[in-house]
Amino acid sequence: MSTTFKIFLALCAAALVVPFVPGLIYPVFVMKVMCYGLFACAFNLLLGFTGLVSFAHAAFLGSAGYVTGALMIRFGAHPLGMPAALAAGVAAAALVGFAIGGLAIRRRGIYFAMITLALSQIVYFLAVQFRWTGGEDGLQGIPRGSLLGLDLSSDTTMYYVTLALFAAGFLFVDRVVHSPFGQILQAVRDNEARATSLGYDTGRFKLIAFVLSAGVAGYAGALKALVFQLVSLNDVSLHTSTEVVLMTLLGGVGTIFGPLVGAALVVGLQNYLATIGDLVTVVIGLIFIVCVSFFRRGFVGEFLHLRRRRAERATRRPALRPEPETAPAAEPA
Amino acid sequence: MDITFQGFMAQLTIGLIGGCFYAMLSMGLAIIFGLLNIINFTHGAQFMMAAFLAWIGLTQLGPWLGYPDFQINFWVALVLAPLCVALFGMAIERSLLRRLYHLDHLYGLLLTFGVALVMEGGFRYAFGVSGQGYEPPEILQGPVDVGFMLLPKYRVFVVFASLLICFATWYLFERTKLGAYLRAGTENPRLLQAFGINVPVMITLTYGFGVALAGIAGVLAAPIMQVTPLMGGSLLNIVFAVVVIGGLGSILGSMMTGLALGLIEGLTKVVYPEASTVVVFVIMALALLVRPAGLFGREV
Amino acid sequence: MRSRFIGSLLGASLASLTLPALAADAVSDGVVKVGILNDLSGIYSDFTGRGSAAAAQIAIDEMGGKVLGAPVELIAADHQNKPDIAANLAREWFDQGKVDMIADFPTSSTALAVMEIAKQKNRVTMLSAAVAMAAITDKCSPLNAQWMTDTYALAAGTAKALLKTGRKTWYFVTADYTFGHSLEKDAASVVEAEGGKVLGVSRHPFPGGDFSSFMLKAQASGAQVIALANAGSDTINAVKQAAEYGIGRTDKQVIAPLLMYITDVKSLGLAKAQDMYLTEAFYWDYDDRSRAFAEKFFAKMKRMPSASQAAVYSATLNYLKAIQAAGTDEAGAVMAKLRSMTIDDAVIRNGHLRADGALVHDMLLLQVKKPSESKRDWDFYNVRAVLKGEDVFPKPSDACPLNAKG
Repeated sequence: MSTTFKIFLALCAAALVVPFVPGLIYPVFVMKVMCYGLFACAFNLLLGFTGLVSFAHAAFLGSAGYVTGALMIRFGAHPLGMPAALAAGVAAAALVGFAIGGLAIRRRGIYFAMITLALSQIVYFLAVQFRWTGGEDGLQGIPRGSLLGLDLSSDTTMYYVTLALFAAGFLFVDRVVHSPFGQILQAVRDNEARATSLGYDTGRFKLIAFVLSAGVAGYAGALKALVFQLVSLNDVSLHTSTEVVLMTLLGGVGTIFGPLVGAALVVGLQNYLATIGDLVTVVIGLIFIVCVSFFRRGFVGEFLHLRRRRAERATRRPALRPEPETAPAAEPA
Repeated sequence: MDITFQGFMAQLTIGLIGGCFYAMLSMGLAIIFGLLNIINFTHGAQFMMAAFLAWIGLTQLGPWLGYPDFQINFWVALVLAPLCVALFGMAIERSLLRRLYHLDHLYGLLLTFGVALVMEGGFRYAFGVSGQGYEPPEILQGPVDVGFMLLPKYRVFVVFASLLICFATWYLFERTKLGAYLRAGTENPRLLQAFGINVPVMITLTYGFGVALAGIAGVLAAPIMQVTPLMGGSLLNIVFAVVVIGGLGSILGSMMTGLALGLIEGLTKVVYPEASTVVVFVIMALALLVRPAGLFGREV
Repeated sequence: MRSRFIGSLLGASLASLTLPALAADAVSDGVVKVGILNDLSGIYSDFTGRGSAAAAQIAIDEMGGKVLGAPVELIAADHQNKPDIAANLAREWFDQGKVDMIADFPTSSTALAVMEIAKQKNRVTMLSAAVAMAAITDKCSPLNAQWMTDTYALAAGTAKALLKTGRKTWYFVTADYTFGHSLEKDAASVVEAEGGKVLGVSRHPFPGGDFSSFMLKAQASGAQVIALANAGSDTINAVKQAAEYGIGRTDKQVIAPLLMYITDVKSLGLAKAQDMYLTEAFYWDYDDRSRAFAEKFFAKMKRMPSASQAAVYSATLNYLKAIQAAGTDEAGAVMAKLRSMTIDDAVIRNGHLRADGALVHDMLLLQVKKPSESKRDWDFYNVRAVLKGEDVFPKPSDACPLNAKG
């Protein structure tokens, strides 16, 4: 059993207990962290392991949320409604991901990021225009339906179902990263020219990674729509896209658990800042600046770095070469 | 479409005015990107800051200092505000951005994004969100008859002023020795260093110049748009698309694309106004399909 | 949930039988807690924000800080205009924070999200800033009150008043989203019903930067009224740029913003905003009672209350009065009491709360003063008419199931 898996089991075990001690941590808060954690994992799959920066991830989160929500409102009562709507949401996100990714991978580096940003604006525009998305009112009162005969309208049942779905999503991302396919992605990230010279069609791999990432982001969005029973324009906004960058950065780019830690921190921060008000934007901005300037490894990355250092010192073997930056090298400068 | 020729020309002119702002902003982005390899997300906030500085100079500074009659007028602000914003930008470059040059572009982008958030939030905290009015100087108030429409004098001024600035910038970068150095700096900074040129200082000054362009645009925009902390943010998204279409490699390209998209946006407002913002993004998608490197760009 | 409900019912019946000293038992958790959920940091913070919490505090203080012997507490938070943050906070407040009622909500998406949760958790919502029609039509809730106004009342008020002055031809400049469409549709229906004519519509993206193109089209249409079916910075920029082109400055053609807050007028300045007609639920300088409230508010916030902030005051005050009268803070009982009361305070006049949650009350038709008429800061409007609630608020909609059984 790998360390990753052990840590993950420990986390899940801790999460299992949460509904029994509602005074300690509010279960709905934990569900929110799980949704955003998955969202950040999806983003990290692209940024951390493929070296692509997307500013369109809200478009995937939101479009899946809208599709799942709209379907649940119509067919939520059907016993298979919930899994079908969830699957449809993921499919929608993957489709949007295919369209955006297909265009964006025509350019690299900074252009790639800006193209995703611009294309996500089109998705936002459509979400305002379409009638079925409810415009700026959004969708509310989305029924949670039932899964395998379990009625999900109770928060506690939903909590455990969310935990299970979250675990499945997380392990899927972990599986992708550690598969041969994931290795190729990391090779593309580290040196695209070399990967090409080895005979890999890097464009195709990037596109598959993009669609996968979009699909997982959509999975998070569909789940979020069910948990909160609402979807709104905020879910497709640029703001949400930058939030997921912050989560990943704060937790640790290219680490398995970083996005989860980052999501917990950002979601917690939002809740905390809600009561102090006024300066939310400034505080978030300062965190960005500090993170980028002095704390690029993020919490998990920094932790791993320290541990590795200590291990190296213990074996008294001098490092052969300087620590590689956790920074993804999207392309040689 | 029941629109007269005069009406058509009027809409086109209005589009051109919008295009002037796109052109100035995207040129600034292109200049900064050329030398620093950074997408300056702070551009919108710097545009906003200059507009605010102009407003503060005109209406607030006097009372603050205890001389209610003291004003910094539009013309002085047009020079001073961009200068202040440029100095502020250069301070950021020296203290924060500089540390990131050896890293991926992403980090520069995120840093400037963070700075933009802090600036927007700060101005919002200090001055609220509803915004402030700024009057154009007296000499430019009132309309002028340009044949097919009554155009406010101030808008005519904006068109000429921004075209002049764009042309001067292009000349500076493409036709002078200084420009040659700058372009050389983007190709091979080490070699330039060998010629005895202090490249780090040049980078700082270039950043300052790009930011100053945003600042000039901001002061020019103050009498047209309400001065609010959010005035730059929404504009910047469009300018990014402009830059992708034109390609970041070319100053002339970014200027021409900016003007062209202003016109296209103006025309869209006649035909299908709902889509007048999103049309820029659609054109971007189309341009990418046809010419992935950007209309005037070269692959980086 | 059920045990709480029965408990409070028991409490209620006990309270009505026994001495007031026992009344605190009638209040769940021993405290009445009012939550203010709005925008403290974003684009709606000027007309809601901290001022809303201050207004609620004034209402609580006027009630002596206590109701039925239980203390009244206030909690405020910034939903950052994100429905999921609003929903999260509301759930937490209801489940663990002992909150009984939440008010304000400057965006429709946050309002509708929290209304849904409040319905599930049997608590009250009072929309003092949200004006979306959905809240009193297809998304209506028995535990919700739309305390300030709705888009129909705003649009219909201004439209009727202008039609009466003989301005029959209209052109709409509309923000292209539900809110803008709703304002436009409601105003247009009034215009057409009263023999007027809509000459054209320009729908602009939201947010729009340069409005000169739309305003010129509107001018060229020759319409007597250019109605702005948008809000906030869009309205401000449209008026400002119209002034730049000299549009809407003559008696032949006027500009009518369908939603404009006093903070918007402050931002525009009287020179640009002068002479425009608009409809509001509240203006601080209306009479002695409104002025008395406004001065209290001014002492706290150094500015005059917006209609939304004033509505928070009125909502909180009447909510607490209804608890007092009902002898319980159980949501259903309080709402029933609110529906049976006549609402009349410093802010809301001749009000009664309908089954669908619409608070029907007198609205004010205002005209922006000329700079020369204004004697002090915030002295912005001449009150041109008091519009009877029955004339301007929408008829109960069939889309709301609560209207059906009547």
